[in-house]
Amino acid sequence: MSKHNLDYLDELEAEAIYILREVAGQFEKPALLFSGGKDSITLVRLAEKAFRPGKFPFPLVHIDTGHNFIETIEYRDKMIKRIGEKLIVGHVQDSIDEGKVVEQKGKNASRNALQTVTLLDTIAKHGFDACIGGARRDEEKARAKERIFSVRDEFGQWDPKRQRPELWNIFNGKIHKGENVRVFPISNWTELDVWNYIRREKIELPSIYFAHEREVITRNGQLMAASPFLNMDEEDIIEKRNVRFRTVGDMTCTAAVESYAFEIDDIISEISESKISERGARMDDKVSEAAMEDRKKGGYF
Amino acid sequence: MDILKFITAGSVDDGKSTLIGRLLYDSESILADQLEALHSSNRKNDDGSVDLAILTDGLKAEREQGITIDVAYKYFQTEKRKFIIADTPGHIQYTRNMVTGASNANLAIILIDARKGVIEQTIRHSYLVSLLGIQQVVVCINKMDMVEFSEAIYETIVNDYKALAYKVGLTNVKYIPVSALKGDNIVHASSNMKWYEGKSLLPFLETIELEVDDSTAHARFPVQWVVRPQTEELHDYRGYAGRVSSGSFKVNDKVTVLPSGFHSTIEKIELLDQEPEEAVAGMSVTIHLKDEIDISRGDVLVNTEYQPEVSQLIEADLCWMDTRALDPTLTYFIQHNSKVTRCKIREILYKVNINTLEKEFNEDFKLNDIGRIIIKTADPLAFDLYQNNKANGGAIIIDSRTNVTVGALMLRAVVED
Repeated sequence: MSKHNLDYLDELEAEAIYILREVAGQFEKPALLFSGGKDSITLVRLAEKAFRPGKFPFPLVHIDTGHNFIETIEYRDKMIKRIGEKLIVGHVQDSIDEGKVVEQKGKNASRNALQTVTLLDTIAKHGFDACIGGARRDEEKARAKERIFSVRDEFGQWDPKRQRPELWNIFNGKIHKGENVRVFPISNWTELDVWNYIRREKIELPSIYFAHEREVITRNGQLMAASPFLNMDEEDIIEKRNVRFRTVGDMTCTAAVESYAFEIDDIISEISESKISERGARMDDKVSEAAMEDRKKGGYF
Repeated sequence: MDILKFITAGSVDDGKSTLIGRLLYDSESILADQLEALHSSNRKNDDGSVDLAILTDGLKAEREQGITIDVAYKYFQTEKRKFIIADTPGHIQYTRNMVTGASNANLAIILIDARKGVIEQTIRHSYLVSLLGIQQVVVCINKMDMVEFSEAIYETIVNDYKALAYKVGLTNVKYIPVSALKGDNIVHASSNMKWYEGKSLLPFLETIELEVDDSTAHARFPVQWVVRPQTEELHDYRGYAGRVSSGSFKVNDKVTVLPSGFHSTIEKIELLDQEPEEAVAGMSVTIHLKDEIDISRGDVLVNTEYQPEVSQLIEADLCWMDTRALDPTLTYFIQHNSKVTRCKIREILYKVNINTLEKEFNEDFKLNDIGRIIIKTADPLAFDLYQNNKANGGAIIIDSRTNVTVGALMLRAVVED
């Protein structure tokens, strides 16, 4: 026996690669859910490590709310070109046009909640039996109890009672027809781990993660990007601020933070010192204490 | 910096949630928005201080359904180390939860209430820690503030525990007197217990040495996936993708593929654009062999000189994890690393009463039961005895009707047919 352990980033990386390969080995038709955020970008890097020089044994799936930051979409298309893998896009606009969901009204209207329907439809349409996502257990307490292989019924529901025990490094991916599994390879990573990994691997990110000047309004104490998607009225005052985004969601529900972190080193020291959790900047989590838990049970992550 | 994974065994009554809360709080691992929620909560301790147990509170679904999900994971880090806590409910019916949490832990913290000493629950927790092969144990004797920080009481409990540790086979045990509620000896040394000269809990967790099994003798590489690009320029490329589960592999090592028994030599080890000379336990890599042999998912590469057991008839410790009792007439699936095959429980040798550690002989094997069985598998398994090599000695049983994981197996011996 020796007295040295793997460095933490090497260990987390090796675990994630292991999980991705388990997905490839155990499922017929997996997919990688790609949001354009740093966590799913990290997953793409890990998939390269798991499967190159071969192709990924799954396509990337992006649920496009139509309210994305333009920088995210540009990044996505450039990345797909670089890696040469297949991209499937599910449009929330299609779900609206088909009358499956109704657009929210009012000042805090967001398409964030609507995307669950588009996601489940996309899964059903393509018959995906496993969907890889970038959720992490440190994000929030409903996620702290999530398995790495999380079985969902055909309604996408997460049932805390039906969770399978996960022992050692053995993942049970057996499912019935109609069920699918959500798989979270970076479950054990923290926000800081992801940033340190991105720095180590020199991974390029969408520019909105870094400080830039932007027109914002202040709403419910948070800075929101001024955009045609945000319902604004005369009370909203648009001002220019130096900001960056800590998560990449819809323009209508992702708050910016005032920041002068122009480089990744600045971001890492900002996060190390920061005392607000990442999801604290998500309006959608603020609705109620159990907000995330409810959405997760409904098929959101 | 490395990662220490540990479990905490104890019930809410022992102050387990408070202990975890205290570790997070005093190591400043709680973020401002969580802290705000903590301070604005109505739940306070008797003296008006913040109830740290809130930090490990359950989900709405758990409260509504009166259940507890088996394991909640908590993350924190200090300058010296990263920590992952598997927080498992310690109530009697949750043996399966503790087994699950313990399967991936390097260390266990066992909590004892200083007013109660070693009780039935302590026996249960210690037995499970030993069964799952966690070598490093820290016994935290908690609520020392309620016994006037008495050294004599601490000493009595330590002596009682030593007898128990011997009985269940735990050899590496450390004792720390603490008060999670008041913060004594958790992160900072207690001024109330000057008689205690050892480290406080967090400094101890930060500095304990972790052992990695990287001996050649335990070199095991379960193949998960075969990388075959089949493009023009990579026509002959064939790499075996997997994670070294234990031991170490080097380029030019002679290896055997099990269960087929073919031999070859390692030509190259790859990790994307890197070509390391050696792959040690925990590393995910792609291995190339000098000979073209038929290898697929479920096979395992081992060092030719040190081969594991290969058998279809195995004696094992079983923990049953499903509400439906074990049915010896039924065919189940067994999953051992990347290998899945069918199996039957051929014989129940005995069960263990985990409160008294006495053997029991009856036919039924229900939720949370633990005992020794003989299992027969459809295909041979290439495994190590769990007591020698955890990474290649554990397996799960899956119910073929529900696809649910219903049992945890610690493989203990080959049975001659």
